[in-house]
Formats: sequence, C-alpha cells, structure tokens
Amino acid sequence: MKTAADTFDVMKIREDFPILHREVHRKPLVYLDNAATTQKPRQVIDAVSAYYSEINSNIHRGVHYLSEKATHAYEEARKTVQHFINAPSPEEIIFVRGTTEGINLVASSYGRQNIGEGDEIIVSAMEHHSNIVPWQMLCEEKKAKLCVIPINDEGEIIFEEFEKMLGKRTKLIAVTHVSNAIGTVNEIKKITAMAQQAGVPVLVDGAQAVPHLKTDVQNLGCDFYVFSGHKIYGPTGIGVLYGRRKLLERMPPWQGGGDMILSVTFDKTVFNALPYKFEAGTPHIAGATGLAAALDYVSRTGLEKISGHEQQLLSYATEKLLLLKGLRIIGTAKHKAAVVSFVIEGIHPHDIGTLADREGVAIRTGHHCAQPVMERFHVPATSRASFAFYNTTGEIDVLVSALEKIIHLFS
Amino acid sequence: MSEASELYQQVILDHNKNPRNYGDLPSHTHSSEGYNPLCGDHYHVYLIMDGDTIKDIHFAGTGCAISKASASVMTTLLKGKTRAQAEDLFKQFHDLVTSPVEQTPDEDALGKLAVFAGVREYPSRVKCASLAWHTMKAAVDKNGQAVSTE
Repeated sequence: MKTAADTFDVMKIREDFPILHREVHRKPLVYLDNAATTQKPRQVIDAVSAYYSEINSNIHRGVHYLSEKATHAYEEARKTVQHFINAPSPEEIIFVRGTTEGINLVASSYGRQNIGEGDEIIVSAMEHHSNIVPWQMLCEEKKAKLCVIPINDEGEIIFEEFEKMLGKRTKLIAVTHVSNAIGTVNEIKKITAMAQQAGVPVLVDGAQAVPHLKTDVQNLGCDFYVFSGHKIYGPTGIGVLYGRRKLLERMPPWQGGGDMILSVTFDKTVFNALPYKFEAGTPHIAGATGLAAALDYVSRTGLEKISGHEQQLLSYATEKLLLLKGLRIIGTAKHKAAVVSFVIEGIHPHDIGTLADREGVAIRTGHHCAQPVMERFHVPATSRASFAFYNTTGEIDVLVSALEKIIHLFS
Repeated sequence: MSEASELYQQVILDHNKNPRNYGDLPSHTHSSEGYNPLCGDHYHVYLIMDGDTIKDIHFAGTGCAISKASASVMTTLLKGKTRAQAEDLFKQFHDLVTSPVEQTPDEDALGKLAVFAGVREYPSRVKCASLAWHTMKAAVDKNGQAVSTE
C-alpha cells in the first residue's frame, strides 16, 4: 500500500526554497533550526515583493485604487488564515506581530479584565518563556497565582496533577500545543474538555503546531489560539490571534490608535468592531499577504503529507542519533513533532553548535527560551535539531557525521 | 574539521578536559560569580590576595569548552602576578578577542593567550571566552559582587 509520504517529493519542494541551495562555510547548508524559524518558499518571497512593487498602499481608509487593492489583499489574507485553522468567522482572526504579541494581547486585555486577586492561571512546565512571562506579569499586577502543571520524565503533561489544580479559582489555562524545546504534542482536546467542565477558557500557543499538524480550532475546543507567520514559512513580524467572538467582543482594546476606532472626539472615542478593535495602527500588510501565500503553499502541499514526511525524519533521526556514544535525547513523549533535543556527555551544547555550524549544519543550542524545561531535565542547555518538510534523511546523515567528528575531537 | 580546529586547539581541548586550579579555595580573600545568561556558563573565581599580589587563584563552575579553557588558562597566568599585571593581561586578552580577524596576533607577546585568537571568528563566543576574566576583575575590584555578561 502506498502511504502519503511515498508520494511526497521532497526534492521538488526544495526547489521552491532558494536559501536551501546556498553554502555556509563552503559546505552545503543543512538547515535544522526550523523550530526557531523556517525558510521561505519563492511563492512567499514573490508575494511580499509583488505587494510592494504593485499594490503598496495604506488600507481601510483610502478610496483610491491601490488602497482598495491593498485592503482587499489584507482582508483576503485574513480569510485564508480563517480557513486554514477552521475558525468560524474572519472577524475572529486578529493580526498581530507574532505569538508573543498575541499572548500579550490576551494577557493585557482579557487578563486585566477578568483576573483578580487570589485568582489562578494555569500553565504547563513545558512552556516557552513567551507563554510564562506575560502571565507572571499579570499575576504580579493583580496579586493572582501562576500554577504550573508538572511534566513526567518523557516530557508529557501529568493530567492527574492538572485535574487537582483545576478549581474554582482557576480563571485561565494557557498551554502550548507543541513544545518548542522537546517536541511533545499535547492533548489539547483533553485539556479543553476538562477546562470546559470547569468553565475556564483555554489559550493555546500554536507556534510550533501549525506548521506540522492540521489545526482546527473548533475541533480543539480552545478559546484562544496563537501562532507566528515566520514559523510556517511566512514572513517575520506577522502572526495571528484567534479568539472566540463572544470573548473578543467583551474584551477591551489593548492598544489605542488609528484603525481601531469608529470616531474620535476629545470627549469620547468609539471603538471599532472586531477584528479592527485590536489592530491599532497600520498593520503589517505585506506580512499578511506573505503569510497567506505561505498558508496556501502548505495547504497545496497537504499537511497530512507534510506530517508523514516529518514523522519519518523524526524516527530516522532518533534512531541514528541514539547510536552515537554518550548521546541522550531529552523529551521522549509518545506523540512528538519533528524536534530532537539532545545532550552529549562531556560536550557542552554550545561547542556542538559552533562545530556543527562549520560543517554547514545549523542547529539550535541553549535553553530554547524554555529554562524551566531545562531545569526539569537537570540540564543547563541542549542541542536541538528541528525538521521541516524540506529536510531529507541525507541531511540527517550530515548532522550525524558532524556529531561523530565532534565526539572524536573531544575524546 | 580544519577550520574548527583553529578555534578548538589542542590546548583548549586539554584545559577543558583537565582544568587547572579547579575547585573552591577555602581560605580565599576575594571571590566573585560570573554568569552568562545567554548560554548558561556559570563560574566562581576565588583569589587569595597578599596585598597587591595574587598569591593563589582558583575557579569552579560549568560551561562550554571555550569558557572553561579560558578560565583555566587565566588561573595559570595570574598566579603570583600583581593586580596591575593582571589587569594588563586582561587588557591584552580583551584586545585579542575583539581585534579584527585579519590582524595577525603577536603570538610572542601573548604567549598562552594566543590560542584564543580563533574566538574572533565567532562573535557569539567572545562572551564565553571573556567570562572568567570579567569575573576575576570583579573579584579583585568589587569583592563578592556577581557579574553578568548581559
């Protein structure tokens, strides 16, 4: 039987990504830092370039031709996002700078309005700093408490502990869909089901999930879903906050300015309707059109095929890496995205990163903006190889051979 | 790995594996703690000062090979030196790791420090190499105060 991955032509995909054909230190680039940011296909680069060279203009206010074209492109991009994550309506899609800004928007607006002294916000122990710090700041301001769901040795949420934590004081749950540091895919539906019973809204950090898994916010049952364009082959500086209309409508604006108002006098300002209420100032129009091009590219390729190919890369890399002397993988959840975080006995991750780079291999080393995860596994840092649909098993072989040389150098 | 070996010279690998003057110095008169939040390098530097002279110097902590080797080499160079000589060596070291890559380092003048010339090619690693030196200076100048590379 033919599987989805069999019909996936990775070499053809690679042709669309100009940067993958360059060299680094006179070696072919092997880009395995996709959890940090992904490379861009020509279709995205062209969309951004076409925006600036053909229709650049400000939106929502001009009556001239270009302004109408630009407004149309921006609003079409919103619909593309809506369909991509199966949100009920385009008004529930708020363009932001990225995941971090999306979370901060919810913390500032929903959080300030609904969280008070003695209330509790629940996060997991595998969150990125961006899904910890905004909540910490809010808790500090409101004298609320941040509760942390522990994770087991494999890097999975301990649901018994979550259940115990979820109580009358819980006002919000903020959890990542996929861990950037160790790759765990969380059971979001189980979390939202439990939260719904308790009447608590759930924010999901989808930065690491949308490029790899088919995301359906209605099926997930979450109240807020946030992701960044640049992690799904789109431009930097553009991201998305999805929120349930009922919640967004009740939330106050978080930034004031142009575009988010209906009328302004010095006595009173009337705020605009969704989604503009949350989009003060001229947005990243070019970014939105680039993001739409990226989502179209992913949709055309098919997330099922992408996921199939990436899972093959994950198993191949896991198997090959474990053969290396002294190498230990951090994060061994049953359900993982294509991320392998590892440590090698006696060699600091930063030395591994610098030496791998000289072989043309780009991996991330450090704490991956998830210091609590590092602490949980008692390591100061890890090396992390994170894969995208344009990576090949051949590239994993280059990584493995670079690591062999490094281990030899340090022996 | 020919290019990489310019940074990871045998001397560096050796000091990383067998760091000299490693561990606490119980009777120290001066100490400081250095931390590089970017990569988690974390060291203590302990000194026994006799007036203006460094009678003994140790370091302890964890970090990458570059930071550890640099700390280890530093301790071997500073034992018995005066404060002014220590500061002069720090200056030489600092000038070396921040000098333009094209500039050939004066290996005779630099002595053992010359092995760190390769760091210049890796701007993100200069902090690793300098951490122990900053920590030493903080111990001597502001005994007990921690330093951070950020």
